Amino acid sequence: MMQTLTLMLEFFKTGLFAIGGGPATIPFLMEMAEKHPWFTMQELSDMIAISESTPGPIGLNMATFAGFKTSGIMGGILATLALVVPSIIIIVIIAKFLDGFQENRVVKAVFWGIRPAVTALIAAAVINLIQVSLFTEEAGKLLPRYKSWILCILVFGLLQWKKLKKMHPAMWFLIAAIVGIVFRF
Amino acid sequence: MREFWELYSAFFRIGILTFGGGLTMLPMLKYELVEKRKWITEDVLLDCYAIGQCTPGIIAVNTATFVGYKRKGIAGGIVSTLGMASPSVLIITIVAMFLEVLVNHPITQHALMGIRGVVCALMLNTVLTLAKKSLVSPICVAICAAAFILVMVLNIPTVLVIVLAAVAGVVIDRVKGGVVK
Repeated sequence: MMQTLTLMLEFFKTGLFAIGGGPATIPFLMEMAEKHPWFTMQELSDMIAISESTPGPIGLNMATFAGFKTSGIMGGILATLALVVPSIIIIVIIAKFLDGFQENRVVKAVFWGIRPAVTALIAAAVINLIQVSLFTEEAGKLLPRYKSWILCILVFGLLQWKKLKKMHPAMWFLIAAIVGIVFRF
Repeated sequence: MREFWELYSAFFRIGILTFGGGLTMLPMLKYELVEKRKWITEDVLLDCYAIGQCTPGIIAVNTATFVGYKRKGIAGGIVSTLGMASPSVLIITIVAMFLEVLVNHPITQHALMGIRGVVCALMLNTVLTLAKKSLVSPICVAICAAAFILVMVLNIPTVLVIVLAAVAGVVIDRVKGGVVK
């Protein structure tokens, strides 16, 4: 019971402060992985892959997945609901009372300040992700996983090519899964 | 009652037929809401979308709430959001259940290790795209660097970093007499 309440509170917080949609929820989920025993960083990485390759907004998919990992089917439903409650409250208030909300000077200044910070937060999250995905811990030391590094750098390079940029993430994950199995990652 | 059902099913369709959310959703929203159902005009949709992007939360959910509210008030907003969220809950729950069973198999482990490498590549690419969009002036770079130090070196909670950045935005705007166009 307590765990479910904490779970909902964490996702409510995420819904309230994650600005910039799906990717902006990742720093919050990472904080949850560090603070709570709900899911590990590796599992978070798998959640990102699955959220990107299934229908539906990534943020909602991540909430359902994280909630499910924590306390089963009900956890998934409750985490998703907790994530959308702040949106509903805020959007209703704006739609009802604030005409020209997005033209307001203070609102613009707030988001002007937040955007570069969100980039920093996501960058920090990616560094943590690299630590758990591209390294393996042995006797307290971080050792690089060479095969993973090669795959990561190769795909990152290919993504800079305009034609491949449009390719669906699910296709990349499929290729990665096959490469992982064939080369015994 | 019928209209609520229509709102729910329209957003359910949008939720289940879009991969990725965010910007990829716009054509789908336009087709379902503007062209097919004529619930809103394209201008209103773009307004919804702009507000969805500069408010906290998932952009798709914000847009759903906005459109639902415009049609049927608060209940409409809630019903639309539930419609948008239902496919995610259904599909992800099923996938998660399968994964629980498969995850300890060695083949799944190899596949997941490969996928984790590509997740890093895609996320690095997301950061690069975001950086190009958000680091447009020296002050923006400074805010980004400060936020990075706060979270990486000083371990400041994410929420606090967002609040501080918002305050910084307002203060810089006042001091410089309008940094934001």
